[in-house]
Amino acid sequence: MSIDPSYYLALAGLMFAIGVVGTLTRRNAIVIFMFIELMLNAVNLIFVTFARMWGNVDGQVLVFFVLVVAAAEAVVGLAIILVIARRRETSNVDDISMLKW
Amino acid sequence: MTVEYIVFGVMFVVALGSSLAMLFAKNAVHAALFLVATQIALAIAFLLQGAFFVAAIQIILYAGAIMVLFLFVIMLLGVDRQEALVEPLPGQRPLAIGLGALLATEILWIAFRGLDLVAAGGGGGEALTGLNRDPGNVKALAGSLFGKYTFPFEATSVLLVVAIVGVMMLARRINALSSGDRVAETDAAREDLVAGRRGAA
Amino acid sequence: MKAFDPVLAPYIVALPLIGALGLLLLGRRLRAVAGLVASATVGVGFVLGVIVLVQMLGVTEKGGHGREAVVRVWEWISAGSFSVNVDLLVDPLSMVMVLVVTGVGTLIHVYSIGYMHDDPRYSRFFGYMNLFVASMLLLVLADNLLLLYVGWEGVGLCSYLLIGFWFERRAAAGAAKKAFIVNRVGDFSFLIGIFVLSVTVSSLTVSSINEAAGGMTAGIATTAALLLFGGATGKSAQIPLYVWLPDAMEGPTPVSALIHAATMVTAGVYMVARFSPVFEASGGLALGVVAWIGALTALWAALMAAAEYDIKRVLAYSTISQLGYMFLALGVRAYSIAIFHLVTHAFFKALMFLGAGSIMHSLDGEVDMRNMSGLRKVMPITAFTFMTGWLAISGIIPFSGFFSKDAILASAWHQGRYALWAIGAGTALLTAFYMSRLYFRIFEGDLKVPEGVHVHESPPSMVGALIPLGVLSVVGGVINLPGLLTLDHFLEPVVGESEVPSGFTPWILGAIALLAGIAGIAFARTLYLLPGGATRRAALCERFKTPVDAARNKFWVDEIYGRGIVLPGKAFASFCANVIDARLVDGAVNGGGRVVAGAGWLFRRAQSGYVRSYALTFLFGVVVIFSLLVFRVAL
Repeated sequence: MSIDPSYYLALAGLMFAIGVVGTLTRRNAIVIFMFIELMLNAVNLIFVTFARMWGNVDGQVLVFFVLVVAAAEAVVGLAIILVIARRRETSNVDDISMLKW
Repeated sequence: MTVEYIVFGVMFVVALGSSLAMLFAKNAVHAALFLVATQIALAIAFLLQGAFFVAAIQIILYAGAIMVLFLFVIMLLGVDRQEALVEPLPGQRPLAIGLGALLATEILWIAFRGLDLVAAGGGGGEALTGLNRDPGNVKALAGSLFGKYTFPFEATSVLLVVAIVGVMMLARRINALSSGDRVAETDAAREDLVAGRRGAA
Repeated sequence: MKAFDPVLAPYIVALPLIGALGLLLLGRRLRAVAGLVASATVGVGFVLGVIVLVQMLGVTEKGGHGREAVVRVWEWISAGSFSVNVDLLVDPLSMVMVLVVTGVGTLIHVYSIGYMHDDPRYSRFFGYMNLFVASMLLLVLADNLLLLYVGWEGVGLCSYLLIGFWFERRAAAGAAKKAFIVNRVGDFSFLIGIFVLSVTVSSLTVSSINEAAGGMTAGIATTAALLLFGGATGKSAQIPLYVWLPDAMEGPTPVSALIHAATMVTAGVYMVARFSPVFEASGGLALGVVAWIGALTALWAALMAAAEYDIKRVLAYSTISQLGYMFLALGVRAYSIAIFHLVTHAFFKALMFLGAGSIMHSLDGEVDMRNMSGLRKVMPITAFTFMTGWLAISGIIPFSGFFSKDAILASAWHQGRYALWAIGAGTALLTAFYMSRLYFRIFEGDLKVPEGVHVHESPPSMVGALIPLGVLSVVGGVINLPGLLTLDHFLEPVVGESEVPSGFTPWILGAIALLAGIAGIAFARTLYLLPGGATRRAALCERFKTPVDAARNKFWVDEIYGRGIVLPGKAFASFCANVIDARLVDGAVNGGGRVVAGAGWLFRRAQSGYVRSYALTFLFGVVVIFSLLVFRVAL
């Protein structure tokens, strides 16, 4: 453990930014979900790095919680996508704009 | 120590490269596979930072279970569907990239410069190594998770139960609707339905 | 001795009110019985009034004290130390008014059953009439100024509704509007008067105001008294606000009778008598104004009456004139005499209005006295009862009008107000003249009616109401015969003892008043009854062309008001409507609407419905917050 934590954080930051850009530019709902997972992963990396910096395991514990939330979110989100796809024959988020007046 | 640097370098390139590749993958299945690669790389990053248990879970849960779920849904909806390249929303793409770049710059600034300003940094590595040696990584984690974080831990279990019930409700095919209920399956059908209702009124 | 507790008093007001509500809400369904129901509510009210009066007379403490009681119906406003309650004040004065209102009101209601029989809005008419009576009863029974004001405005509202009852006719609608607006002017003054009193006395009950009156400075008392009197000039049709009353003849005749005899116009007289201590406290100024306005109104209206051909308008002017007498009496501190005249006037004026209605009923609504004569032969009952009214108002002994009018003139003389007395006596002569003119032209001479009219005596319900009023017009004077002064003593605890001249003077004054009446009748006889009257009339008109023309044109008062007040008012209203309201107010409102609509048009574009563009705005917010954090750390 001699590599400076800054590099890990830099990696996490870049991955997070890629996740953001992907979420905003892609139109397939499943792919958007994957980019959200990417962002969550980047955050996990940051937690683990912080745990190392502070010399305790609290950051690693938080990764568990992120994992649980990610799992729950993925399951519910994918189910919603499935229902929408079944109803409207599409998984393109731009086609799902019924709330617009 | 050079081994660590080599591993880190490979990990860094794989993680960042797969992420970028995800961005440009046109096929959803390819994107999912790149995500798996990214996650495995991240698991190695966890290992490098002494988070052994989290690394194992990352592989098993993330790269394993969740990604399988994703692939499963992709297959269910049809793998051959591709996105149109034309961006329908004007300004969406440049704005997203510009703001994303700005965000990345700020995070990088914090990582290399700002961190020194807020926290001492460094010196924690040795303590963590000690923890990993004396009670062991899993034991230390367990002690924290079931001691200090008992309540959030229990709350997550509730969250999971809620998610399970919700998904079961969502995914159920709605055959229970009686045949008399008119449900619009398509937009056109829905408009007909609304027009009919208006006409009746 | 048992204390006086008139528990029945609230029902006197409540009955007509319930009748009004019932008739107005269920009108069409009650059509068959509307007239009976309405008459019954008022009639039962009269009976209740008599019962209360008997209870009151049972109290025989010395000086008539203990004959007043306050009945609390409910607490209305209670704010700190200031409270206003729905309290009814039952005392001799309010009882006299209650009996007049319900008694005469009942007869007019009964008369209306026949008169309004064919009207399509029959039950609505009785609903309004009941409401009118209820308002007036509330007015006379109210124990505080605010409650009195409720009745005051209720009477005004009902007069509007009833004068404009045949609102299909433009003239009726206009007359209703005129009555309402002119009354508003007076009401405004009255309301300010209430404010002045409530600030000064910090209580609105009759007793506290009258007790506090003695301690008021002359200035405040004068201000308050004149403001109250301003209200009275509106309701009771005195100079300068009398103009609505002649026009009010557009309403159905029973309404005119009700307005002129029992309700509404007497409200002002009652109110001044009720708050006489306030007027007294002004040190003579306010009373002087009251007396002079009254006297001048009496003369002024009598002049116009003498030149009018419309039967109902003659009666209207005579009402204004007689009300002038009442104010003259109030102004010379003869409060009980004013009430006395109010009562007798209620009898004979109601009688004559109903008589006029009977004539109109029989002649298909003809009101021009030039188109009729000799009706006595075909309408004997109407003619005979009308004659009693004519003799009463002319002040012929022993008819009721003689006693009350003579008492007023005697009081004026006794107070040393000889000018007022002279005006009053002169007006008495004029009154006798124009009433005789009215009577001679309609009932005497050869029978003449408009063509195609089948003349007939009116139905029983109408003449049935005329007869009791005729009787009362004859014998009404007994309630306050000189020397006995029954009414005076009855009212003494409320308005104080009136100073009655004694000795030889009153006999002479009475004789003069009687002579004035006889002279007026004789003069009218030479002009209208004796052969050659027409030529004498023409010669007289030629000789006094200018004054006669002026009187025929009502001294152009309506025109002056129209030019001086109505036109500028209309101009200002149209300025407000077309410039201030249309441009400024509407502009602000519409402008506000446009700004909001424009903003909506602008912000609507943000609501594209696309999840990703929403997410982009999230990102924008995140970047902004993040940048703030970074800069805070960096700087």
